[in-house]
Amino acid sequence: MGDYVLLAISCILINNILLMQYLGNCPFLGTSKKMETAVGMAMAVVFVLVLAGAITWLTEMFILRKFGLEYLRTMSFILVIAALVQFVEMFLKKSIPALYAGLGIFLPLITTNCAVLGVCLINIKEEYTFIECLVSSFSYSSGFGLALILFAGVRERILLARIPKPLQDTSIGLVTAGLLSLAFFAFKGMA
Amino acid sequence: MAKSVTQEFTKGLWKEIPPFRLVLGLCPTLAVTKSVENAIGMGVAVIFVLVGSNVLVAMLRKIIPSKVRIACFIIVVATFVTVVELLMQAYTYPLFLKLGIFIPLIVVNCIPLGRAEAFAYKNGIIPSFADGLGLGIGYALSLTVLAAIREVFGSGTFYGNQVFGPSFQPFNFMVEAPGAFVCLGLMLCVMNFVGKK
Repeated sequence: MGDYVLLAISCILINNILLMQYLGNCPFLGTSKKMETAVGMAMAVVFVLVLAGAITWLTEMFILRKFGLEYLRTMSFILVIAALVQFVEMFLKKSIPALYAGLGIFLPLITTNCAVLGVCLINIKEEYTFIECLVSSFSYSSGFGLALILFAGVRERILLARIPKPLQDTSIGLVTAGLLSLAFFAFKGMA
Repeated sequence: MAKSVTQEFTKGLWKEIPPFRLVLGLCPTLAVTKSVENAIGMGVAVIFVLVGSNVLVAMLRKIIPSKVRIACFIIVVATFVTVVELLMQAYTYPLFLKLGIFIPLIVVNCIPLGRAEAFAYKNGIIPSFADGLGLGIGYALSLTVLAAIREVFGSGTFYGNQVFGPSFQPFNFMVEAPGAFVCLGLMLCVMNFVGKK
């Protein structure tokens, strides 16, 4: 049990996927202008990533490894993720419309969110067991959500500040992300 | 015709240079620019994928039904990424290890997929080739410049060669994650400043 807690902490804080591993930066900058969209995106990522982590792990172990097709990993994972996202979207629309209203527009974006494919590949690379894979998917995506929501809070404030023209928008966003990343950098001391 | 092909090619070098004008493909930009060597390797891989996928999508654009086009684009891009992955594993193994997870992640880099959707699906083979080549070279150039800045200040080297004297204290911040964000942000600022004039 202790191992899982340790894994979770390391995935959320020390190896934070956005700020330390540089994955998922496009939606990070794209959806962090407003708190609402940031929360929506964060939830959608947690939801999809746990499912995708589990399914890609099963794909790897029971299909790719069994038939010696490891070289098709990239292609099969992206297809599995794309199909999963489509399926989740249809399922939510039909059975849980309230959740769909919240996550809806973010779901198609998730296919091309490199955090999702990235974590699935990390899970395989680190040779996690199934439970570890679930824990890591959940913690990585929570770390993504944490960083995204923190960043959105900062960015809402920045909108009110007077910023020199060339620095506006993405530019100041990146500098801010750098400072936030510096804060997370301190967690490296825990490792 | 010849003129427009040149235009498609050159727009990728300045007017629409990724990742600055089109804010796409940021993750590898931040991650592989610790050293110039990695950046060039990544740049070449992206050029290959982008040109390949653009040309193939342009060739197949009349066959691919528009409803399932995104899925088709993803498969095309993933195919080229797999090719690059295997080639790098075979011929440049140390670089393959350094770039690690970011090679398969070219699939979700948004640039090849974005270009397939925005350009190659609507244009012929030759303009698509020029477009892919231009944007790919633009991307590789941006990566290299960013990597040069980070490597020179962060570890005092350029392409592995010492730049400063022995008394130089490397500015570690630059090669770590926070430096990547700040450096890219400031570069974007400079680009905006120059571009406004």
